[in-house]
Amino acid sequence: MNISTDPWVWIAAILTLAIFSFLYKENPLYRFAEHLYVGIANGYAITFYWHRVLVPSFFDRVGAASTPIATKIWLIVIAVIGALYFTRFIPKVSWLVRIPIAIVLGYACGASIPRAIDAEIIRQAKATIITRASFAHWQTGLWAVIILLGVIATISYFFFSSERKGVLKPLSYAGIIFIMIGFGASFGYTVMARISLFIGRLQFLLGDWLGLIK
Amino acid sequence: MQRRIPLIIVLLTGIFGAVAFFVPYPAIRNADEIMRNDVQRIITAFSLVLGVGSIVQHHLLKIRRKAQFWPYSYITIVALVITAIIGVFGGIDVTRPGVLPTRVGNFSFHIQTIYSNMMVPLAATMFSLLAFFMSSAAYRAFRARNLEATLLLLAAFILMLGAVPLGRFIHHRLPAFAEWILAVPNTASKRGILFGVELGIFATSLKIILGIERGWLGGGGK
Repeated sequence: MNISTDPWVWIAAILTLAIFSFLYKENPLYRFAEHLYVGIANGYAITFYWHRVLVPSFFDRVGAASTPIATKIWLIVIAVIGALYFTRFIPKVSWLVRIPIAIVLGYACGASIPRAIDAEIIRQAKATIITRASFAHWQTGLWAVIILLGVIATISYFFFSSERKGVLKPLSYAGIIFIMIGFGASFGYTVMARISLFIGRLQFLLGDWLGLIK
Repeated sequence: MQRRIPLIIVLLTGIFGAVAFFVPYPAIRNADEIMRNDVQRIITAFSLVLGVGSIVQHHLLKIRRKAQFWPYSYITIVALVITAIIGVFGGIDVTRPGVLPTRVGNFSFHIQTIYSNMMVPLAATMFSLLAFFMSSAAYRAFRARNLEATLLLLAAFILMLGAVPLGRFIHHRLPAFAEWILAVPNTASKRGILFGVELGIFATSLKIILGIERGWLGGGGK
């Protein structure tokens, strides 16, 4: 046993145990760690946006002698619009917060329309279509057919515009089968991801902190 | 005016965002670049004010009203302020120190040290807790009552077994089968759902741009 003497390892270990204490029941130690996490995460977010976004994109460029005056004015105007977020906390002029939201939201919505169609609908549809190349090997051909049938079946399950009878009935039922397998796979995958995090924490406690394992 | 001006801005920026994708002219391309790299980045950075401001406001209100567990709100506010001060004034890169010293003797309290030794353990442990809650929820909810439920259960079970050495021990082809589930039936269902999601994004975006969906405006104003 080779217990760590690094104070930061001790802090990390105590915080890890504080969070794990929730498995027994909610307690003051867990609440302390939970509130600490919220505070640190927000403090880090401020740091990140300050150093990685505002300083390089705004302060450095406005302060640089090589930046044209027109660009400086333009950047200051953008920053003033961004600063309108502060009006959210001034009831009389709180409606001004809608202006920066409108700019970000409007552009994001507009930009998402062609990109959603191009990248997520047309390209995904192209990848689903069976071509001669899909049958380069019998296995890949069979999997391509299953994917095509699965996509059609899944879409038909979400088709609520007509009553489920005729060909739509078995097709939508096949859709449920595919959806259930998909959900099961996602569930299993997520659980395994969480378990690998748990193993990571145990390795830290038993290895880095207590020195019981290497 | 309080609602009309934002709606006009949404309409104009929305049309520009959509049109810029198709128009090859350099002037439009440059404007789109500026919109993405300057306007969006800087304004989005300021939007942090809303999130952090709301959290601080919420906790100050809890302290003022002496609501349940109010003393813990001090921990959040103090941790937030100290982390922000260390991060903003102490610098984010270890190699480029800021104006605030972040080392006392051998003890470093640089923002990256705080991140690695406080935020990462807290976040990882918090998310690892979900493994227990998901497993216990699954134990209570998952019953092989019909074919659909059985398939869900089986797919999850095979995926989990396929990811650990025990799976290979049970049958050498189990990991490959788990991968096949992920690559074929899972892809088919996810792709089908994705088509619906993307059409939903398309419709919602259009409704926001055209001012049909106005939930983002919030209440109040004319």
